[in-house]
Amino acid sequence: MSQPNANCPNCGAPVQFRWSSAVQTTCEFCKSILVRSDVDIKRVGVVADLPPDASPIQILTEGSWNGRSFQIIGRIIYEYDLGVWNEWHAVFSDGTSGWISDAQANYAISFIQPPQGLPSPNEAFRGAHFTFNNVDFEVTSRTVAMYRGVQGELPFQFWDKSQVSFIDLRSRGREFATLDYSENPPLLFLGQSVDYEELNLKNVREFEGWTLTGQAAPGANY
Amino acid sequence: MGPVVTAPIVKARGLNCPNCGNAVELKGFAHTLRVTCPSCGTMLDTSEPNVKILHDFQQQLTRTPLIPLGSRGRLKGIDWDCIGFQTRAVEVDGTWYEWSEYVLFNPYKGFRYLVEYNGHWNFVTAIDSIPEPVAGSRPKVKYQGKSYQHFSHATANTGFVLGEFPWQVKLGDPVGADDYVSPPYMLSAETTTDEVNWSLGEYTPGTEIWQGFRLPGAPPPVQGTYANQPSPYEGKVGGLWGLMFLLMVLLVVAAIVMSAVAKHEVVFHQSYSFAPLAPEPSFVTPVFELKGTKNVELAIKTSLSNNWAAFNFALINDDTGTAYNFGKEVSYYFGSDSDESWNEGDPNATMLVPGIPPGHYYLRVEPEMDKGLPAPRTSGYVSPLSPRAAAAAAATAEKPPVAMSYELTLTHDLPTFSLFWIVILLLPIPPIWRSIQAASFNSRRWAESDYATGSSSSSSSSSDD
Repeated sequence: MSQPNANCPNCGAPVQFRWSSAVQTTCEFCKSILVRSDVDIKRVGVVADLPPDASPIQILTEGSWNGRSFQIIGRIIYEYDLGVWNEWHAVFSDGTSGWISDAQANYAISFIQPPQGLPSPNEAFRGAHFTFNNVDFEVTSRTVAMYRGVQGELPFQFWDKSQVSFIDLRSRGREFATLDYSENPPLLFLGQSVDYEELNLKNVREFEGWTLTGQAAPGANY
Repeated sequence: MGPVVTAPIVKARGLNCPNCGNAVELKGFAHTLRVTCPSCGTMLDTSEPNVKILHDFQQQLTRTPLIPLGSRGRLKGIDWDCIGFQTRAVEVDGTWYEWSEYVLFNPYKGFRYLVEYNGHWNFVTAIDSIPEPVAGSRPKVKYQGKSYQHFSHATANTGFVLGEFPWQVKLGDPVGADDYVSPPYMLSAETTTDEVNWSLGEYTPGTEIWQGFRLPGAPPPVQGTYANQPSPYEGKVGGLWGLMFLLMVLLVVAAIVMSAVAKHEVVFHQSYSFAPLAPEPSFVTPVFELKGTKNVELAIKTSLSNNWAAFNFALINDDTGTAYNFGKEVSYYFGSDSDESWNEGDPNATMLVPGIPPGHYYLRVEPEMDKGLPAPRTSGYVSPLSPRAAAAAAATAEKPPVAMSYELTLTHDLPTFSLFWIVILLLPIPPIWRSIQAASFNSRRWAESDYATGSSSSSSSSSDD
């Protein structure tokens, strides 16, 4: 699935695309945002310093969900009123891509849906109900988020958006939906909330004072 | 410039309070957006690399968390750092009710909260789904197959904060909160214009928290009854009633068996007549056999009419001479007044003698009747008579004495039910007592809700504006 290497047009460092459908990536060395077209790779900007984050997930984290294994190859960091969250871009072994969101260690996995008629932000007020894929959803949060940074490979160009409206919906079960108004027409992502354990993550980040399985590290200074 | 891939170990962030210089360590890593300096109480914005003092935030260090911030403990099988503390309060009818919330953090499992009020603790987890409203007279929701009853609606305000927070905490910050209970669980919905957050609280004994965090001493004693405090009688009242009915059924079965097993053997039956003026009233019966230590019942059937008789009996063991003495007085009066006919007493009587050992027995019988000479007795071993019966007795006494005929029937081995009836009456007492206790516990629980009997319905809405 790895593509032939290219070189960063800015610093000349090798740039590797791990996913054939990736449209954008960042240079790991000079943090240039690189957009891939049929003919070449263009530098379209540079990533500001990523805000510190405390997600256990990182680029190259592997996992499996519902028996399908995936690898994390990119992410978008959003900031909103109450903090930041990560949308991790996961590529599954069958080549499909999905998103694992990590908002203060609350995890959800979702997949983009084919274009369909979607409610406007005004229609999707808090408490409003909509049916997607025969599941009844209720709007639980409406968020205006700022884009704070990107890292790695993404399925679309994402580097010049400043403010994005998101509407999150939940069901009676664990289904999860996001309406993303960063594009017109808006995008719909469907998936479900997951516990950390359900993602079977490997190659996660380690936190000072803690083991990789979330236990108090022996000898931690408490 | 190195690769963007993050350093292998995420270090806890340390900083110095820009106000007082005190060292502050962030155990919530980059999740921590706000921290108060433990030394001077200044609120710091840690969302950016340059820590900023939030000048519009002023508070005195007036509260001390029961779980010291920075403590690490294990609850529900998971290790947690206690990193933040805040108090929130609601106003109901002019009184402020304040509770404490502790922020627990594990870098992989995320955030949990401990909520404490009057010594009652709840372990709180945000939930992924929206509970389903259930139609009915009182608001209810269903979550994971359980039905939760609406308990109260209130507007909560943050009063005091200490330590680290993964959100941009502000003092004041009113949030509408609805609680639904299904002990030991409680569902809470915190609602703002653009967001609703549901969480599930599990009632957790303070001792579990003290053990989990290895805290010194004992947790503060609980006061009152909490919304989702499990009733100590829960599930026990029904069992007690069930046990009672089971015992009753067993008793009835035992009574049926006893009555079937009892032999009801008539060992002696004879008719006699007695003249009041007979020279030697006493006599003995032929010998009969009693098999097994059982009770005997002696039945007397007399022909008494507006008269009385007294009997002295002795059941005498022919082999050993042991005598069981007992007696009975029988009287029967009747007549008619201007408007009604009446009768008093009974010409027949039975006596039960328990636990007679086996052997050969005979009965010594000594009847006695009014000899017509003295005035009729209205006291002594003869029951006091009512005035009209006494009048009837006096009338009889004036006439010549009348002979009496009577039958004696001695039955061996009869079932007795007196104990049975006592037990039947006593059995319901424990379940009734428990039911009263359970009902009283539940009424104390709901006394704090929006649905307390006799509370003004405005108590919740008044705090809501």
